[in-house]
Amino acid sequence: MSQDHTLNPEVMPSEPEKATLEGKNKFLGFWFFLGGETVLFASLFGTYLALQGSTMGDNTPEKLFGLGLVFIMTMLLLTSSLTSVYAIYHMKNNDFRKMQLWLGITVILGFTFLGFEIYEFYHYIHGYEFTFRSSAFGSAFYTLVGFHGGHVLFGLLWIVTLMVRNAKRGLNLYNAPKFYIASLYWHFIDVVWVFIFTVVYLMGVI
Amino acid sequence: MSSTTMTQKQGFAATLWDYLTTVDHKKIAVLYLIGGGFFFILGGLEALAIRIQLIQPNNDFVSNGFYNEIMTMHGTTMIFLAAMPLIFALMNAVVPLQIGARDVAFPFLNSLGFWLFAFGGILLNCSWFLGGAPDAGWTAYAPLSVVSPGHGVDFYVLGLQISGAGTLIAGINFLVTIINMRAPGMTYMRMPLFTWTTFVVSALILFAFPALTIGLFLLMFDRLFGSGFFDASLGGNSIIWEHLFWIFGHPEVYILILPAFGVFSEVIPTFSKKRLFGYTAMVFATVLIGFLGFMVWAHHMFTVGMGPAANSIFAVATMAIAVPTGIKIFNWLFTLWGGNIKINSAMLWSLGFIPSFTIGGMTGVMVATAPADYQYHDSYFVVAHFHYVIVGGVVFAIFAGLHYWWPKMFGKILNETLGKITFWTFFFGFHLTFMIQHFLGLMGMPRRYAVYLPNQELELGNVISTIGAFLMAFGAIVFVINIIVTTTKGEQVSGDPWNGRTLEWAIPNPVPHYNFKQLPLVRGLDALWIEKTEGRKELAPAEPLDDIHMPNPSILPFVMSLGLFIAGFGFIYQVDHPSWLIVLFIGMGITLGTMFIRSIKDDHGHHIHKEDLDEEAR
Repeated sequence: MSQDHTLNPEVMPSEPEKATLEGKNKFLGFWFFLGGETVLFASLFGTYLALQGSTMGDNTPEKLFGLGLVFIMTMLLLTSSLTSVYAIYHMKNNDFRKMQLWLGITVILGFTFLGFEIYEFYHYIHGYEFTFRSSAFGSAFYTLVGFHGGHVLFGLLWIVTLMVRNAKRGLNLYNAPKFYIASLYWHFIDVVWVFIFTVVYLMGVI
Repeated sequence: MSSTTMTQKQGFAATLWDYLTTVDHKKIAVLYLIGGGFFFILGGLEALAIRIQLIQPNNDFVSNGFYNEIMTMHGTTMIFLAAMPLIFALMNAVVPLQIGARDVAFPFLNSLGFWLFAFGGILLNCSWFLGGAPDAGWTAYAPLSVVSPGHGVDFYVLGLQISGAGTLIAGINFLVTIINMRAPGMTYMRMPLFTWTTFVVSALILFAFPALTIGLFLLMFDRLFGSGFFDASLGGNSIIWEHLFWIFGHPEVYILILPAFGVFSEVIPTFSKKRLFGYTAMVFATVLIGFLGFMVWAHHMFTVGMGPAANSIFAVATMAIAVPTGIKIFNWLFTLWGGNIKINSAMLWSLGFIPSFTIGGMTGVMVATAPADYQYHDSYFVVAHFHYVIVGGVVFAIFAGLHYWWPKMFGKILNETLGKITFWTFFFGFHLTFMIQHFLGLMGMPRRYAVYLPNQELELGNVISTIGAFLMAFGAIVFVINIIVTTTKGEQVSGDPWNGRTLEWAIPNPVPHYNFKQLPLVRGLDALWIEKTEGRKELAPAEPLDDIHMPNPSILPFVMSLGLFIAGFGFIYQVDHPSWLIVLFIGMGITLGTMFIRSIKDDHGHHIHKEDLDEEAR
């Protein structure tokens, strides 16, 4: 079929994610989606800033947050962003196996981050009895950080789905945009975490 | 070919399946029209119930609690489920044709956007039969909306969340469509004004709706999961809801009115036989209104107590919007000036719009004056103001647009006599209903109250207002009759019945499902008119005749939305009994499962071969 031929050219173009009209549309549409996501997280940050002082007791940011754990989490997520850059680098070089390898490392780092986050929440709930319902600060904290965690989980499941789905057939012009926008999503999640680290944890402790 | 006869002969089930799975922007436009039209009638009935209740002092047509439900649902339905979908109907029908595209950028998402809207609207209205509708006003201010008993507000939260997701998707879709899918030669400054307003509005949707998403999440968490965002006893702050709601809500009114401006900017030049006066200024004004629309949300909150500095800034920003809007009003007048004017139904709505909307704009500047707003706030003056802009602007535009593009959508011209009856009854009814409400408001009648006392000189005004509402209802009924009469008895017209100026009129009637056999070459603003002035009847093709790539239909958008609809009930009722969590998980499982299927199943679309195109043309 001619479709197969156009999607699997003899020489892959240098930017396979934007080589087809569908790819161009996905690329642009996803950037717009991330614009909307920015407003979504901005609303959550605004809510958090308004409510961070409403602790209704001594479960304050200063008491709860430990920068050590959060530093490790930040490093994990920042590194995973770098590894996803390597993956896309290899996508552009049409080296599917190396792309899969780096995506795999990204996914492992992401799940480790998520594990730490679950431990953190567990620690707050059982060590300090600091829950979603204990104060407006608690609600705002768990909602903001939880929304981010939900995004991380969704991103991981997405990337794993793409890796498994395309494991056998390799890269073509149909799935290259999919890999590319998944990596865009991953970067966005990383940027949001940088703000969470600064606004929630760093400013909360200092 | 036989395909046309096949479509004529296919049975009801096949047609239903066709519409459930369609990704064709023209059919999705029809779906939006049906859905939006249905909710418009529903919201209209609610409006009539409000006006019957208020026809005399201390009336008991409905109970106070039921009045709150009707009043809340009237506003919510009209804004989210009637005005927006009807505008999306016009956008879907027209924008791809105006820019010379074969479909939107994401046909699958286009269908998903519609079904999310439809299921969100149905979920919201299920509340009527399940213990009572939301009753905290369409703005659902906390803490009232948090403590409102029953599940009404829960339906509001979940219903709007689902339909809002659909709107966001539609917004992204139109942005990408307009940027990436324009025909060769269709530069930004050659785009028709309706396409321009769609473009700006889509950007507004993209940046405004996520604030509502978060607001609704917070309200949902407070009501259903015990959080304390708006609960003062947990340190919460109910003003956060007001900010989030209006950061969405004010751009929302421009989301409604800018496409209306776009419709009039198409209708007035066509029937004045003149190029739109000040095209560049019109584009600039549209963009400026869109930009300023984000800077003014707190003018809904002057009486909250933000302080004189904040109130002054938002007051000045609000008044500044009157400048680009004024530019538009004068440009329409100058387009009419010296034109070869033909007055038909579409034109009547456009001409009626100009003074009606200007009155709404004038009262807008009045309520934007922060100190004076302390008097107008929460009175019928505000009700009169926003009905003047939304009915006088948006609803008039929907009627104008439907009359104008009906032959493009359905191949027939709506009956002119019935169209004129609709216009005159609706126009007079509208002014009768709402003009007097300015004065009722100034006399101190508060909005949203189910009753008022006798002997406060409010009786006559309310009677007049109710009579006007019935005139509007009469006009709307005649419009429905018009649709039925036109559909059964109307005659097919040519693809260009108005001697149009823009690209959509270059397409034959009925519009082929691939829109353009060959993409056209656009040589300037009013692309078709340029060719007509140079003696040609159609645009030169920009590409050789070739196979056409079209998207495949899919049932997945319907199933995806159905899953969220089911999950909505799970979310709402799990507070009553944890076993409802099963429903929640089933619903979310359906949605996430279909998303998974969509991701792993390749969908390359299909090709229409050029040989078949030739045969169809014959």
